[in-house]
Amino acid sequence: MTRVLPVLTVLAGIVAIWYAAAVWMNATWVFDQAQRAGTVVTWSEVIPQTMTQDRPLLPPPHQVGAELWKGLFGQAITSKRSLVYHAYVTFKGTMMGFGLGIIAGVLLAMAIVRFRVMDMSVMPWAIISQTIPIVALAPMIITLSSQLGLQGRDLPKAIIAAYLSFFPVLVSMVKGLRAPDQMQLDLLRTYGAGEWATFLKLRLPASMPYFFASLKVAVAASLVGTIVGELPTGAIEGLGARMLIGSQFGEPLIMWAALFAAAILAGLLILVVGLVERLARMRMGVPA
Amino acid sequence: MSALWLAVGFWLAAWALNVWLAGSRVSQTRFGKALVPLIFGATVLVLWEGLVRGLGVAPVILPAPSVIAAKIAVSLPTLWQDFAQTILKGAIPGFLIGAGAAFLVAIAIDRSPFLQRGLLPIGNFVAALPIVGLAPILVMWFGFDWQSKAAVVVVMVFFPMLVNIVAGLQASERMQRDLMATWGASYLQSLVRLRLPAAMPFVFNGLKIASTLALIGAIVAEFFGSPVYGMGFRISTEVGRLGLDMVWATIAVAALAGSVFYGLITLIERWVTFWHPSQRH
Repeated sequence: MTRVLPVLTVLAGIVAIWYAAAVWMNATWVFDQAQRAGTVVTWSEVIPQTMTQDRPLLPPPHQVGAELWKGLFGQAITSKRSLVYHAYVTFKGTMMGFGLGIIAGVLLAMAIVRFRVMDMSVMPWAIISQTIPIVALAPMIITLSSQLGLQGRDLPKAIIAAYLSFFPVLVSMVKGLRAPDQMQLDLLRTYGAGEWATFLKLRLPASMPYFFASLKVAVAASLVGTIVGELPTGAIEGLGARMLIGSQFGEPLIMWAALFAAAILAGLLILVVGLVERLARMRMGVPA
Repeated sequence: MSALWLAVGFWLAAWALNVWLAGSRVSQTRFGKALVPLIFGATVLVLWEGLVRGLGVAPVILPAPSVIAAKIAVSLPTLWQDFAQTILKGAIPGFLIGAGAAFLVAIAIDRSPFLQRGLLPIGNFVAALPIVGLAPILVMWFGFDWQSKAAVVVVMVFFPMLVNIVAGLQASERMQRDLMATWGASYLQSLVRLRLPAAMPFVFNGLKIASTLALIGAIVAEFFGSPVYGMGFRISTEVGRLGLDMVWATIAVAALAGSVFYGLITLIERWVTFWHPSQRH
């Protein structure tokens, strides 16, 4: 109870602010309508009308909730209008990108910590690579992969997601593999430990907290990458595509529902990564 | 094909040179530290040029670096205008506002464990959300100009920074805090002298992540509406017109701006957190 109560209090505060903002932002439209009709409205008439607009500037929470419920449970999950279906498409891309990103990040970090030449020549470029707006490359990646005979949008999306998610893993692993200080390294040298033994018994365990901390960031980045990859590529499936459709057709409710579906997906992914982290820490004997 | 083999030969030679440089005494000097990555970068460019020329890749798929460089040279005024709009007006103000607000909120909730327990799980959760999805909504609210881009950047930067600063403020050890208490240090003194310095590695970690997020946010937000200039606008219209040389020119500017931004943060980090094991090579 001591853990839930503060969260609920803050959440209640957010919902209250949201309702107030919804009334404030949507009221303009109601006043405009009234002025056009030549009538005068009072605040007690305005407030109910700000709650039920078809295209509100800021939809109040219950409208978003209703739209989300309709999308998640209102139809068969194989339907093109089901958010579960779109979330699954996004989830698939996220997982492929996440896996690719972890492999690339860990291997690169190992090479960078081991070989000075890799550290000196690749690390600056790995950092620069993150400043390239990958969204711009998305259409090119799709053209390229279709020319190479690869059908579908899964792989291009996964590449974009991996591109965003390998970086947090790389940065944290480089930091983690270098976390043992000179005294610990010296101790292993007095034991006569070789390079490989030092890596397995000191550097790798020492890097695990950094690794798992980065996984949460990486899975989130991978989801962002997948959604961004769905935005400009003319995709019709996935949560990013739903947001784009909502934006283009001026349907804020579709946008908000897709946004919250993405939030739920992100929450589930982080929950799972957190569980894996707890399990790993227990196996390694760290009190959780 | 000969261009391709020439490029591959250059690559092997440059790699051998780099291995030798990294092992030699030159790599200890500042000159050597800059030289090795530059050689690597030059190798990638030469390999790219060789691949495009040797295999005859169509310019609508991948233009050669020389073509991109020529495009940059003739369109400097356009590139500067885009840069000013997206980076100077969108990304940097958004970054400063977002990071500053996160810092203030972290300090404000530092004394209230109740608010911390309430805000941290929510902050952690929101930091992980694909906030880019808010871009179309914020563009709808704040209009097409730079204000909406700065707003997207503020929202994207705020939560990762908040989580990192709050985690950093808890990074000092129990023993160190007890020591401060035995010296009779007030809350403010122990905050300024112990807990803020101890938090700095986390803060800079957050700043580095935020700097790349700021660029992505400012550029992606322009896909949903912008004036007729700006880097995101340029990229999306030029991809549509198959003007890939201009797209790559803009990407080069974005990469340069992002690296300078990141490099500045790293320099300040080295100066502030010189005591952290990761800074001692």
